[in-house]
Amino acid sequence: MSELITRRKLITTGLATAAGLAGVTTAAKIADRYGFIPPDHRGIFGAGETLTYAAQRILMSRHSMAREFSRAEISKVTPVNGKHPQTDAYQRLLAGGFADWKLTIDGLVSRPTSFSLADLKRFPAYTQITHQACEEGWSFIAEWKGVRLSDVLNAVGIAPQAKWVFYISIDKDWWDSIDVPDAMHPQTFLAFGMNGQEIPLDHGAPIRLRVPRQLGYKSVKFVNHITVTDTMKGIGDGLGSASPAAGYSWYAGI
Amino acid sequence: MAESIQLPALAVPATEGASDAPRHSAIVRVTHWITAVSAFALLLSGIVILLAHPRFYWGETGGASGSRVGPSLFDLPLPFVLENPIRGPGRYLHFFSAWICVLTGLFYVLYGFFSGHFKWNLLPAKKDLSWRLISDHLRLRHSPAEDAHSYNVVQRLSYLVVIFVLFPLLLWTGLGMSPAVTSVFPWLATTFGGQQSARTIHFFLTIAVIAFVLVHLFMVYRAGFLGRVWTMITGRTPR
Repeated sequence: MSELITRRKLITTGLATAAGLAGVTTAAKIADRYGFIPPDHRGIFGAGETLTYAAQRILMSRHSMAREFSRAEISKVTPVNGKHPQTDAYQRLLAGGFADWKLTIDGLVSRPTSFSLADLKRFPAYTQITHQACEEGWSFIAEWKGVRLSDVLNAVGIAPQAKWVFYISIDKDWWDSIDVPDAMHPQTFLAFGMNGQEIPLDHGAPIRLRVPRQLGYKSVKFVNHITVTDTMKGIGDGLGSASPAAGYSWYAGI
Repeated sequence: MAESIQLPALAVPATEGASDAPRHSAIVRVTHWITAVSAFALLLSGIVILLAHPRFYWGETGGASGSRVGPSLFDLPLPFVLENPIRGPGRYLHFFSAWICVLTGLFYVLYGFFSGHFKWNLLPAKKDLSWRLISDHLRLRHSPAEDAHSYNVVQRLSYLVVIFVLFPLLLWTGLGMSPAVTSVFPWLATTFGGQQSARTIHFFLTIAVIAFVLVHLFMVYRAGFLGRVWTMITGRTPR
């Protein structure tokens, strides 16, 4: 009798383990297929990051919009973390009123292109009144004016196999990436205006890439290079942004 | 047989509790300790995150950076902006522990409803809901030995508040700070008047949980620390 139970137990446990393993493997494959795996999914905190990213990707439709506010709610104080670059290259561009500034888009696109500020401003302009929320805890609301990144990516012919969009600041230490759903989101802007004026220098002139469904550090300032890829390998340490290297998570929808 | 009937009334439940069903079921014990550890990790990582900006605001926004200061509700008596290099890992730990805490909590709540744990062990009996009894307990007029086998009315009420009010509100206000989640459920933030209000309430809820844990630890100490901890680990009441 006891032998029978042991054998039955053994078979059940074995079957359950096999089913569990198969389940986990399948889940991992499906998750990867549908883009539910963030680049920083390894390490002890990787499971938490993956759960957060996957859960929010499932929860958020492509068109769930970051909260927008009324003009009356625009903040009078608009703090910044870090000033505009003091490098010669940036100062020269600034002295020329950014006339020589170029935004280069390359990678998995049919027509790699360098846009001047005037070229970019020929795309339809939109505004949004959204939060800029710093991970430190402070936040402000501003009206941002710019063109949709999706319009620009469609114009250069983003490839169907594209998975990630990298964006790099003139300030070379600051670069980041988002997935294609976020890149094609209607609120993801190449912003050149803030509160009715040209975007102030310390807020990222001439172009700040706004990602309002994520925390402030994903909205990189002084962007002048965008690369579309299907992999994160070989770019920096392969974690998708400068942030994980400093200990911050790649996905910041929190 | 006649002798056993002569036993003092108090001795009967004591031996019964020690030998029969465990004082706390295995699921209660396991979820208790996972919650304790993950809540502690949440507290530590929460402090690490808070140190970056120990000021609180009401409404949607609140900003201070360098010399440009917006009006705050109140500031903790700490350096204005404390740069600490462990903030990034602190954030990773916070959300990792949050998942463990939330999944454990969900499992526990489902178990609590289906097993009758809430009904039998946590819902206070009607006759116990008297101000006199509650105030007697609050003034520690009862011996801890009385609740060795069943929670007293104040325990029951405070556990219910922690499980069904404090933890759910902590989760709610936490999600209310998420720009992604509020893009789907804006009311998570707007109910409280905004994202910064949610952050401030998140802080006070944490204070409430800390207060609960301190009182909880004191009561465990009063009842005999090692004995009660042993019971929460093994399920058995020491004789």
